Amino acid sequence: MFNIETHIKAGSVQEAISLLMENPNARLIAGGTDVLIKLREGKPAFRHLVDIHGLAELNGIEKLPDNTLVIGSGTTFTQAIESDIIQTHIPILTDAAGSVGGPQIRNVATIGGNICNGVTSADSASPLFSLNALLSLQGPDGTRHLPIADFYKGPGRVDLGPGEILTAIRIRPEDYEQAFGYYYKYAMRNAMDIATIGCAVCLKTSGGTLTDYRLAFGVAGPVPIRCREAEKAVKGHPLTPALLEKIAATVVRDVNPRTSWRASKEFRLNIITELSKRATKKALTRAGEELS
Amino acid sequence: MTDQVLKQITFTINGVKRSLAIDIRKSLAEVLRQDLGLTGLKQGCGVGECGACSIMVDDVLVDSCIFLAVWADNAAIRTVEGEARDGKLSKVQQAYVDEGAVQCGYCTPGFIMATTAFVEQCEGKTVSDDEIRKAHAGNLCRCTGYQHIFNAVEKSMTPDDPMPGQDDHPNQES
Ligand SMILES: Cc1cc2nc3c(=O)[nH]c(=O)nc-3n(C[C@H](O)[C@H](O)[C@H](O)COP(=O)(O)OP(=O)(O)OC[C@H]3O[C@@H](n4cnc5c(N)ncnc54)[C@H](O)[C@@H]3O)c2cc1C
Ligand code: FES
Ligand code: FES
Repeated sequence: MFNIETHIKAGSVQEAISLLMENPNARLIAGGTDVLIKLREGKPAFRHLVDIHGLAELNGIEKLPDNTLVIGSGTTFTQAIESDIIQTHIPILTDAAGSVGGPQIRNVATIGGNICNGVTSADSASPLFSLNALLSLQGPDGTRHLPIADFYKGPGRVDLGPGEILTAIRIRPEDYEQAFGYYYKYAMRNAMDIATIGCAVCLKTSGGTLTDYRLAFGVAGPVPIRCREAEKAVKGHPLTPALLEKIAATVVRDVNPRTSWRASKEFRLNIITELSKRATKKALTRAGEELS
Repeated sequence: MTDQVLKQITFTINGVKRSLAIDIRKSLAEVLRQDLGLTGLKQGCGVGECGACSIMVDDVLVDSCIFLAVWADNAAIRTVEGEARDGKLSKVQQAYVDEGAVQCGYCTPGFIMATTAFVEQCEGKTVSDDEIRKAHAGNLCRCTGYQHIFNAVEKSMTPDDPMPGQDDHPNQES
């Protein structure tokens, strides 16, 4: 039995916001694949629950008339994998969703919960960093849109104000159209494992050069990060093998991995440089480019 | 137990409609095992790692140990107990028996549900070995070494042979 004191099912986003405002100790539960584990471990933080599990308002993936992609925070990883819109326009998220847990977890775990738990290893986080995703945060004073890079405050800490709920994730057309991405997860096992390092690349090419390059990592620091130095170093670079070497050489300046039981800092640095090359190569292949 | 922690929910369990007051603190695994006596599903890890508690909620495979019982309200639940009909094993169950995919049996009810969900999803499609493995990655078995289970899954997916009594299992219709 879970140590739950109060559990209230919210019938709408508005109601969930009101319930959170009424009880400052209350926390949201969506898929529960993080929350229920913490309760199982006896953590008291989730004793009061506002339940948004399966709330229709938060579920769904659509393409707006201006081509912005909108992913409801309550979308499960299985729904993301099965989505034609995601598969067609941002397959990097299909890669990431497919790498999460096992089928039972993907059937229940939500993309919103993955972002809001503030964990650096969240498989959807670095792809969304590389896509310049905007988070729609609805609270008692209305809705604001925040770049995902500004959302993470520290391990397990995100920029959610009192009563605020992540309702959707938005990807703007300029960030995905003619752009090609790839997510590379390195873990000890091929399934049911947390990333040792997760690497996301999104790029655009034109006339034999790299015109846009966005590189993001999970577990390369206390929160997911973008690699601005490496990005700056190779924007406009010709599509030659030297490109990969340049990325690998500069990316070490952007990252700050640590030693844990899973892997040492040195090993992680090695994986980071290697994955930056491999993921870039895979994204280039998706773009129909070859290094020569 | 106070009234505050009790909630009345209604759901169908293996095709039978039930309405009962459940403790909101319970997982669906606990309600099914303790309140309904459906002890087929097992609780191994209790944290979503092993799949021994796998069941289907509205035909979606879930780990019932990390699924709140209140979420079952208005849903259709399937557990391993509902798979055999009229004393006859389902095609998936029979394949596990035929292929020797059961040793201690602790993981089996969860595996049967994982395979059943997979087979129903993939009906009419050809699947790769890799897809079979990926579809069962959320279930652990400490005895068989998996190869017999893999064989049983493959057997579950082959079109019905004309073996009498095996080809018209009522549960394969939906
Ligand atoms: C066996 C197992 C394997 C796993 N494997 C992986 C893996 O490979 N990769 C990976 O990234 N993760 C993995 N996880 C972790 C987990 O499944 C994911 O982080 C999942 O996406 C969390 O989503 P949820 O809906 O279950 O979140 P919940 O547990 O419901 O919530 C998580 C947190 O987010 C908050 N929250 C939820 N929704 C919202 C919202 N809309 N607005 C504001 N706050 C919200 C909650 O209050 C809570 O703090 C695994 C977990 C388990 C148990
Ligand atoms: S008991 Fe539920 S996954 Fe292990
Ligand atoms: S048969 Fe014993 S755990 Fe699988």
